[in-house]
Amino acid sequence: MTTTPTQPTRTTPDQLSIPPDGRPYHDQPQWRNDFPIDWPQDEFVARRDFTKFLVLTSFAFAVGQLWIVFENFRRKRKGQLPVMRIARAEAIPIGGSLVFGYPEAHDTCIVVRTGGQQYFAYNQKCTHLSCAVVPDLAHGRFLCPCHNGSFELRTGIPIAGPPRRPLERILLEIRDGDLYAIGREVRA
Amino acid sequence: MKRAFSRQQKTTIVFGILALVLMTVVLQLWLLTATMNAFLAGQERVVIPAAIASIVCFALNLGLLSYIYRMERPRF
Repeated sequence: MTTTPTQPTRTTPDQLSIPPDGRPYHDQPQWRNDFPIDWPQDEFVARRDFTKFLVLTSFAFAVGQLWIVFENFRRKRKGQLPVMRIARAEAIPIGGSLVFGYPEAHDTCIVVRTGGQQYFAYNQKCTHLSCAVVPDLAHGRFLCPCHNGSFELRTGIPIAGPPRRPLERILLEIRDGDLYAIGREVRA
Repeated sequence: MKRAFSRQQKTTIVFGILALVLMTVVLQLWLLTATMNAFLAGQERVVIPAAIASIVCFALNLGLLSYIYRMERPRF
């Protein structure tokens, strides 16, 4: 006597290929659904997984946004910056410059003396990609050597190259012949 | 009883959702760069509203993704 094997049947009209055990797709192991044989199902899974990746990216952006809120909170908490002595005012020659750290030692700033009592101080970080700017007194500017960005010496305003924001200005004061940093001006 | 979507319908829906999510992610990217620029320029007013907007975008994306997974579940 011969027995005829049971033919697997399609459980839905969408099902093109039939799993070897003939059971419907929702009874199959997860991997069979995640790595389908049929092109239409594969297209669906590929789009679904790409959407999943985009949602992960969206999560990363939301976290980045919260990080800015956190940094903003930290900046507010710091409040008034300290008054810090930089050097003797006369120690910087006319046309000379001096690098100092303000408000922390790692916040590199630069002060330039252009005349008798004319001092200009800025954070040395270029507002484009944070390279250190160098004074170019012959042309009355600060130059960022990384991408040839230029800032006006007297105002810190960007005048050429990729930077769009002015340099952070350090507020100065001369007391008893000493040069002090008394604050910071962040500008748009 | 609701009828389950056919495979073709599901693919169309996932394409639509993908387009929406993509637009929202681009919006979030713009929001992040604009907020960072404003923050570095000392403008603090925009920071919190932008963060709320970004979180809303993420919640929307998450909701759309969960819809895709709910749609895939078999109905009996």
